Amino acid sequence: MACISSDGKPTESGIKLLRSLESGLRSPEEVAKYTGLPLFRVRSGLRELAGAELVTQKGEGYELSDKGDKLIGSLP
Amino acid sequence: MEELKQEIRLPRIGDPAPDFEAVTTHGTIKLEDYKGSWLVLFSHPADFTPVCTTEFMAFAEIYGELQKRGVELLGLSVDSVSSHIAWARNIEEKAGVKIPFPIIADLSKEVTLSYGMVHPGESKTETVRCVFIIDPNQIIRAILYYPLTTGRNMAEILRLIDALQTTDQHGVATPANWKPGDMVVMPPPKTQEMAEERLKQGYECKDWYLCMKKL
Repeated sequence: MACISSDGKPTESGIKLLRSLESGLRSPEEVAKYTGLPLFRVRSGLRELAGAELVTQKGEGYELSDKGDKLIGSLP
Repeated sequence: MEELKQEIRLPRIGDPAPDFEAVTTHGTIKLEDYKGSWLVLFSHPADFTPVCTTEFMAFAEIYGELQKRGVELLGLSVDSVSSHIAWARNIEEKAGVKIPFPIIADLSKEVTLSYGMVHPGESKTETVRCVFIIDPNQIIRAILYYPLTTGRNMAEILRLIDALQTTDQHGVATPANWKPGDMVVMPPPKTQEMAEERLKQGYECKDWYLCMKKL
């Protein structure tokens, strides 16, 4: 999904995924339903965000990491 | 020798789809990301070539119809991501058609070889026009191969998906030239008793082995 751009910042779709986790732990299926994005894009995007340590995987679900939480908090 | 063996390996209908993790125009994608959806994985010989361009525009045109059926599209060729991006942008600029699906940049030929997409008699370097229809359990359900010179028929790809989904939903088969709304074929009876009963069940039967019904 390319959620992280070459300068290390999340793209528009990356921010959309991060915002979907503001309310807490969600499965990729729940994120897909919430964002309206295709499930395959959500799965690949969350994996990329986890690689950038912006989200943390817990079982089948994902939640914001401290780093992700701070980043979302700093956005307008 | 090992490489030659890999090149001629052809996955078959009913096989689990070979796993992959690939760089695409939408980022890194794994086959498992499509679990739960149908997937049409198709290859084209090369970016910026005429027949492939007409096919990409045609795939983009049926993308909405595929989505209605719960099907995702994933293209592939042995070109770079930059080439794919430039080509997709060119198609949009010149033809006004946006390419909405990801395209694998398979420069290493890893996916190409695992799906048997290079047919050396046709081209030693380019992928032929393959279509793999993969179901939500990631089993290969249908395979189409077209030569480099012949563009694919989108109506047939949609028809094939409709037929497979109808088979799964209703436990029936579909006859020659079937299209949605036509009669479907009852599976052949497995015993003599079932064959006799079949004739009394109100189906339209030519004989005990060829019975059809409306859905």
